[in-house]
Amino acid sequence: MSETLRVNPIACTGHGVCAELLPELIRLDPWGYPIMPPAELDDDLLKLARKAVAACPVLALTLQKR
Amino acid sequence: MGLLEHERLHGPLPLPAGRNRVSRVSAARLVDLIERSGLTGRGGAGFPTGRKLRSVAAAKGRSVVVANGAEGEPASAKDKLLLAKSPHLVLDGISLAAYAVGADRAFLAVHDQETRLRRSLKAAIKNRNSAGTDPIPIEVVAIPSLYVSSEQSAVVHFLNEGIALPTFSPPRTHERGFDNRPTLVNNVETLAHVALIARHGDRWFRSAGVPDAPGTMLVTVRGVVARPGVYEIEAGAPIGAVLMSAGGLVERSQAILTGGYFGAWLPADVAWDLPLTHRDTRSVGGALGAGVIVALPEMSCGLAETARVVRYLAAEGAGQCGPCVFGLPALADALADLAYQGRAGAARQVELLTDLVDGRGACKHPDGVAHLARSALDTFYLDVARHEQRGPCYGIHRQPMLPLPGDMAEW
Repeated sequence: MSETLRVNPIACTGHGVCAELLPELIRLDPWGYPIMPPAELDDDLLKLARKAVAACPVLALTLQKR
Repeated sequence: MGLLEHERLHGPLPLPAGRNRVSRVSAARLVDLIERSGLTGRGGAGFPTGRKLRSVAAAKGRSVVVANGAEGEPASAKDKLLLAKSPHLVLDGISLAAYAVGADRAFLAVHDQETRLRRSLKAAIKNRNSAGTDPIPIEVVAIPSLYVSSEQSAVVHFLNEGIALPTFSPPRTHERGFDNRPTLVNNVETLAHVALIARHGDRWFRSAGVPDAPGTMLVTVRGVVARPGVYEIEAGAPIGAVLMSAGGLVERSQAILTGGYFGAWLPADVAWDLPLTHRDTRSVGGALGAGVIVALPEMSCGLAETARVVRYLAAEGAGQCGPCVFGLPALADALADLAYQGRAGAARQVELLTDLVDGRGACKHPDGVAHLARSALDTFYLDVARHEQRGPCYGIHRQPMLPLPGDMAEW
């Protein structure tokens, strides 16, 4: 099953940790909030994405199966 | 309309009397009937009502029904009018929907500022309770009047925790809503149609409208027409015909706002022959929304109208999501620069900001604002060029056509 990165925009406070850990997937908007990649993740990126999910200080980042 | 008059006109509520005689078979039949009728939600999204009923009925746990009469759209007046003129049709619809999905609780949500309306609804419910009309009690709840608070997850959030702000989904309300139970949230007009379909059948409903958008719908017509107001029209009627039923244009119109403040501006010549359905309005980049149509006169400035409404919408967000909190005021600034200053590059800034906010909130508030702003750039492209090259047009001095709360009532 493929997975995509999703951010809970209510929980997100713009720490920017995810963009630092995953610059190849996540960039920050002018206000410091992450912009999610629309595409599904391949296996290599999925590993990195899991780390970013675990590192989010407010647990706003999630991986969603679809 | 009182209960007696209502029952004389429409007949009694077509439900097996008393809560113990509710049988699953006929509840399922009611769901089938609504599905066959092709009724879609009249709150803005246009989701098939039958399918929604079916998924709530099938979900695990005792379900709940919420009738959404908290009309957040400042340009829309249909739900308030319906609740004031024909409350019993909506209340019948609530009971029927509750029966169809097996709900044991039912709420009717109305804005907290509508004190008179709430009082009259409570009186109507009291009459029904004395007559033993409804199998389960219907509770009227007062929702704060913030624009974003009438969004369905916000209504459910308010019922649960007293916080009228949208929530992040999933879980979706039809799976886990009020009290973590499957929750059916329907617009009040949708429920009024349910009450009529239950009495007259799906074929009767389909005898009006067009095959992919059957039935009638309530629209709010504003702007430069002879008789602004709420009208019941056949779904799929051309927008021009709807304007004519409101007395026709009394001034030349350059553009029509369809769908309200989460809708879109369309050039008047594009809009005129366009059938009023979700599919047809979407096909030209518009929206049907909750059925608001505003005819903008040639002498008005569409950019200024949009800037004013976007400024209002920016302040009416829930304040929960960063891109919306920071992006919408920035978008309102850029639109104001374009409309009132004619600053070169402002339109490009508007475009960039709409892309930045679109799809990045927990609810559709930023998406709706982005859609409206983009449609203004498209439809008023000549004004965009004029404003940026030669400064604002005279239209910015004209009295605004799009109403906002706090404006004086205009009809």
